[in-house]
Amino acid sequence: MGGKLFKNFSFFSATLSFFILIGIFSILFTYAQDSIREFGFDFLGSEIWEADEDDEEIGIFGGYIPVIGTMLSTLIAMVIATPLAMGIAIFLTEIAHKTLVKPVSIAIELLAAIPSIIYGMWGLFYFAPIVQSTFGGQGVGLLTAGIVLAIMIIPFMAAITRDAMNTVPDVLKESAYAMGATKFEVIKDVVMPYSKGGIIGSIILALGRALGETMAVAFLIGSVMAIPSSITDPTTSIPVLLANNFAEAQGLEMSSMYYLALILFVVSFAIISVAKFYFLGKKAH
Amino acid sequence: MNRLLLNKIILVLSTLSAVIGIGFLFWILATLTYKGVSSLHLSTFTNDLVEGGIRNLLVGQFTMALIASAIAIPIGMFAGIWLREYSNNSKLASVIRNLSDIMMSAPSIVIGVFVFALFVDPFGSYNGFAGIIALTIMMIPIIISTTDNMLSLVPKELREAGIALGGSKHKIIMQIVIKAAKVGITTGVLLSFARIIGETAPLLFTSANNQFFTMDLTGQFPSLTVSIYNLATYPDEASRELAWAASFVLTAIVLIINLTGRYMTRSKK
Repeated sequence: MGGKLFKNFSFFSATLSFFILIGIFSILFTYAQDSIREFGFDFLGSEIWEADEDDEEIGIFGGYIPVIGTMLSTLIAMVIATPLAMGIAIFLTEIAHKTLVKPVSIAIELLAAIPSIIYGMWGLFYFAPIVQSTFGGQGVGLLTAGIVLAIMIIPFMAAITRDAMNTVPDVLKESAYAMGATKFEVIKDVVMPYSKGGIIGSIILALGRALGETMAVAFLIGSVMAIPSSITDPTTSIPVLLANNFAEAQGLEMSSMYYLALILFVVSFAIISVAKFYFLGKKAH
Repeated sequence: MNRLLLNKIILVLSTLSAVIGIGFLFWILATLTYKGVSSLHLSTFTNDLVEGGIRNLLVGQFTMALIASAIAIPIGMFAGIWLREYSNNSKLASVIRNLSDIMMSAPSIVIGVFVFALFVDPFGSYNGFAGIIALTIMMIPIIISTTDNMLSLVPKELREAGIALGGSKHKIIMQIVIKAAKVGITTGVLLSFARIIGETAPLLFTSANNQFFTMDLTGQFPSLTVSIYNLATYPDEASRELAWAASFVLTAIVLIINLTGRYMTRSKK
């Protein structure tokens, strides 16, 4: 008797994540209806975000600025993070002496464990002034957000890439060394091709993570509804707009916020699925 | 000679990446410690936010994270048990496994929006329960994945020995398989707790924040992380100092739990 109950409860628990995902999608879709019906796909191309002066319930709302802000900050983060994460993974798997691997791995993983709000605090008070004195601008802006975002995703990307590189059989590497290949040639011609799937998968997963990151970016991107004309200009992103303005919005503006959340959710879902199915195999992380 | 030089350059660059990564870790920890310790006083721990301390915030943050764990751990573990012990690796199991992995990477702010629509909007006020639900949703997939992975490491022979002794399936799972995977699962639980205790985005418009000490989960509930976000943006020096003190305490808690989890697996293996 207990066995049956046990099995049923296990099954119920397992299906729960499925229902939560469906639930998130349907709720966002339902609440975004007003905005979807009003603006349709033009929502993505319109840069006006303004409630009506007389009636706060209506207005014109377009998602262009937060969408572009999200894409640009993520792009900057990826450009900086990818080479560094690859370097760290190569260091851990091919270069570092045995005694160094463990402490360096732990340090990198601790970097991943630090809450994102801490990155935001540190970035705002310590890193933004440095960016300002080096590149100009107001301190907060796309570049600062992108760099700190990069620091946040490096450990994540490095860890998955390292695991992928660790699966390369020693025999393969040894045969290349025996033929006189240098370490770099072994990495380039044996390790990289062999672990290609895992490496690309880790880059895409990190991309998904950077897109949805809220707190660090909220401190650093400047949170203004403006198209950035230079890389140091402040702007906003979807998660940041939601974090700062979602709760106070009403009517059509609220619905447009749900629309943005839906877009973010669907895009993340797609990106993570691609990484899982095409690159990391069915039973990855 | 050229390829040897190129080799050298790449090796130096890779090592440099590792140095940069570790450099940032120490830079962040050093500024946190420096700013945090100089802003910490005994009264920081005994006063509530309204009097310039973090007592109610710590209690609030832990209350929400602990209740969320109490819900998420059994659900996540049972789901992992189903995936590994009952599903026979069916098509459905692989769908659920993948969806749960996707949920693990879902943007936390979106989970906040979802919970707001269901548990804040209809009641007209932020509440602690909503915060707990948001954290629970974040935690479940992490526990599922840990349990799933750890159970897969338990040798088949242990289960067969259980069957040979005439044990029923759920008794074998509870008394043999889970026991064998205990250390790994505990580590996973600790790591996921360390992750949700530091979450801010899912709490912003679910529990929101409260300046006063309260245990009433039906109203706005004090949160350490949400407070840090608010305090950091205030212009006055006292608020900023409190934000640094709170950040230091939060990071110390997260890293200690994280290291404890890692130490457990290492010492047992």
